[in-house]
Amino acid sequence: MTTTVAEPIAAAPAVPVLARKLRAPITLGAVGLLSLLFLGFGTSSGEETTFAVARSTDFFQISTWTVPSQPTAILLSVVALALSGVAFWLAWNRRTIPWYLYVGFGFAVITALLTWAGAGKEGTSMQITGLLIGSVFLATPLVFGSLAGTLCERSGIINIAIEGQLLAGAFLAAVVTGYVSNASGSRELGAYAGLIAAPLAGALVGAALSLFAVRYWVDQIVVGVVLNVLVIGVTNFLFGTLLRENTELNQAIGLPRLPIPLLHQIPIIGPVLFNSNALVYLMYVIVIVLHIMLFKSRWGLRVRAVGEHPRAADTVGIKVNRTRVRNTILGGAIAGLGGAFFTVANGLAFGKEMTGGKGFIALAAMILGRWSPKGALAAALLFGFADSLREQFGIVGTAIPSQFLAMLPYLATIFAVAGLVGHARPPAAEGKPYKK
Amino acid sequence: MKLELRGITKRFGDFTANDKIDLLVEPGSVHALLGENGAGKSTLMNVLFGLYDADEGEVLLNDEPVAFAGPGDAMAAGIGMVHQHFMLVHPFTVAENVMLGHEDVRGPAKLLDIDAARAKVREISERFNFNVDPDAVIEDLPVGAQQRVEIIKALSRDAQVLILDEPTAVLTPQETDELLGIVRQLRDAGTAVVLITHKLREVKAVADTITVIRRGKVVGTAEPTASQEELASLMVGRAVTMRVDKTDATPGETMLEVDGLTVIDEAGVVQLAGVSFDVKAGEILAIAGVQGNGQTELTEALLGVVKPEAGIARLDGEVITGRPIKDVLHAGIGFVPEDRTEDGIVATMTIANNLILDLHDRPPYAKGIALQPGVIADEARKHVEQFDVRATSIDQTAGSLSGGNQQKVVLARELSRQLKLLIASNPTRGLDVGSIEFVHKRIVAERDAGAAVIIVSAELDEVVALADRIAVMYHGKIVGIVSPDTDRDTLGLMMAGALEEEAA
Repeated sequence: MTTTVAEPIAAAPAVPVLARKLRAPITLGAVGLLSLLFLGFGTSSGEETTFAVARSTDFFQISTWTVPSQPTAILLSVVALALSGVAFWLAWNRRTIPWYLYVGFGFAVITALLTWAGAGKEGTSMQITGLLIGSVFLATPLVFGSLAGTLCERSGIINIAIEGQLLAGAFLAAVVTGYVSNASGSRELGAYAGLIAAPLAGALVGAALSLFAVRYWVDQIVVGVVLNVLVIGVTNFLFGTLLRENTELNQAIGLPRLPIPLLHQIPIIGPVLFNSNALVYLMYVIVIVLHIMLFKSRWGLRVRAVGEHPRAADTVGIKVNRTRVRNTILGGAIAGLGGAFFTVANGLAFGKEMTGGKGFIALAAMILGRWSPKGALAAALLFGFADSLREQFGIVGTAIPSQFLAMLPYLATIFAVAGLVGHARPPAAEGKPYKK
Repeated sequence: MKLELRGITKRFGDFTANDKIDLLVEPGSVHALLGENGAGKSTLMNVLFGLYDADEGEVLLNDEPVAFAGPGDAMAAGIGMVHQHFMLVHPFTVAENVMLGHEDVRGPAKLLDIDAARAKVREISERFNFNVDPDAVIEDLPVGAQQRVEIIKALSRDAQVLILDEPTAVLTPQETDELLGIVRQLRDAGTAVVLITHKLREVKAVADTITVIRRGKVVGTAEPTASQEELASLMVGRAVTMRVDKTDATPGETMLEVDGLTVIDEAGVVQLAGVSFDVKAGEILAIAGVQGNGQTELTEALLGVVKPEAGIARLDGEVITGRPIKDVLHAGIGFVPEDRTEDGIVATMTIANNLILDLHDRPPYAKGIALQPGVIADEARKHVEQFDVRATSIDQTAGSLSGGNQQKVVLARELSRQLKLLIASNPTRGLDVGSIEFVHKRIVAERDAGAAVIIVSAELDEVVALADRIAVMYHGKIVGIVSPDTDRDTLGLMMAGALEEEAA
């Protein structure tokens, strides 16, 4: 047998051709059209919309901005339609649609929506800064939740128990806050103690998940669901017994705001970014650190290898199950910390099932963010924005029934996950126990 | 480095996979470990590599006994292994895969030093002429290149002993030749190479010493000068003929016509790009090609498991594409799927029930809504005897049978209908030689009974032995249909994408 090197005589196509992916541009086009019909032509002519951005703490005051409602909404909708046309052209020629096109499209449609909502409202203006502050604040638990999901799934464990971890964190944070502030007499000290305690509760739920998933190979989705129900049951029970008898353990105590000197006085950016409490600042730090760690460090490379191809990781001497257990507990701790949002960061007492499904939206944010911390932040902000929009509309008062407005964040979730992302690829080994 | 195994025994429950195996591998030599699938070769190497714990015996490196708790220890000791199923993380780059597990870090934050990994890949790649780009993502690389990445991975850890587990299973003949060249290069550089295989041709081409394993035991050693027949009979335990006995085909009417069949997968990739061919009654069309070039999609589109995007297939003049699978089966198609345990049988059901999966809803097996256990059992006994299924009873679960016997159950079921067309995907993969002979005989008998037959096989030997005509697939297309007399080099070139004039 000779050892000649194979040299193909005639070149066949090196890569199989890709089919056109037209779903995203068609979705954009449909949304753009709806925007034109309902927001553009749905606004009565002659009315005006006022936008306001100024806060009293700003260095200088930006005056309010009034625009004619109908022409503005129509113009914005036409811009959105034009962008979807560009997207369609790109997709038809099998080119990828750049992310900034989506951002531009979203901006146009949402501004059209705001213009429509604020049309003809004498004396009320659309509070843009308030809207953004609300977005960041409401996104906080989602960011923590989706970071937890990302950490677990990158190592191959599906964490459906985020909801339970948030709830456990919220509960423990409230109780520790109440206890410490009672014992020490300092509400501030109590709030920080609660913040420190919250991750422990989440980590405990994470540890239970990893025990059943890694040690006993139980279906991870089933375990996650069961843990959610368990946490609801336990917190409801303690709420009805322990907290009812000892009301001092469940008080409305909040973390103090920590405005960053000077920076918080910049218009728009200042109040949105630099006038938050410790939990929100901590969130930014964790996102940045985790993003770097996951994609640039030895630990991150190994975690991702374990989630993609555990056997390959094992054959180069990486302890697969140990990595998974650690990540699941760490993820649980982060979700638990996020749970503190509901009580101490909000200045609220603990209430039954107060997380209200945020843990599941966090899962959607994880998928939309394609299993990366940076993406999780962006996706969570998107959902936070939808939530904040709902609040804003409630204040301004619109023709849309409030029940429908309450659906807004969830609608945004479904659209984002099903429509625009297309088929995101999860870590290959997620949900599969590693058996030698 | 000299590697020695002494009296290695490994049991799984009652089953002894390795029984007191001794092996000596000298530095600078190629030691072939020859044996059938299931003979215990991979188990032995997994013991050596620390993936399994041996029940008895010891491993010696340079005459020092060593104990490995895991693969990490084995690698630290200088043993590298290229697994049959590559141990590569698909979304990672070559450099990331090579550094995984022994990463260099830099800077105060101790972040990954990807440049060091790149440099290492380039250095080894140049030394052995591998032509591998450190920044290429694994899933974009052809299988041959992925295998070279595996070798780089081992060499980057200074492996003195390199174990190659069935390295040629996924390669084209030309890629195989390249690999054997690399093996010689490594040997000349002083590496001890262990080549695990069941392919005699490769053993003869490259081995310095040959150890033959059968049913977990060393049954003998041989010189590379031994003939293929000698090696085969040592491997199987009895005399074997290397060819399939069959008469010339007497093709009749065109039975299957396929026209422009196209399949696009979930990710939007065209897996089957407008394939057209026909098969006549009484002939075997073998489909050759490296795995993953559209063969699976072709057979599944014919059966109706995947919906073709375009194109049409006619069986005996009737359109079968777009019809329910049940109709297609009862139109006279027999289907032997490529993944026997996943798609061929229901492992937890009895042999008897597996034999009537396709006919359970009609007489004589069913009357109204009730099954007829008596009839089912009688028929099952008949089939088990006819097809020589080695089972203790027809009520044994199909999953507890050996691979060969499972395949016989699948064949018995599919051949029990009156067939116009038999489609068999890799019908002998993982079977012992005895079962292979049996399966081949039944397939030829089906042809002689007047059915059209399509065989998909990744093994060129099998394709050449069975085919009346050979269609070669590459990247979702048929690059040519040739006669089985075509020489292997030409077939290999076609499998690598070179076009060939269509010949009958």
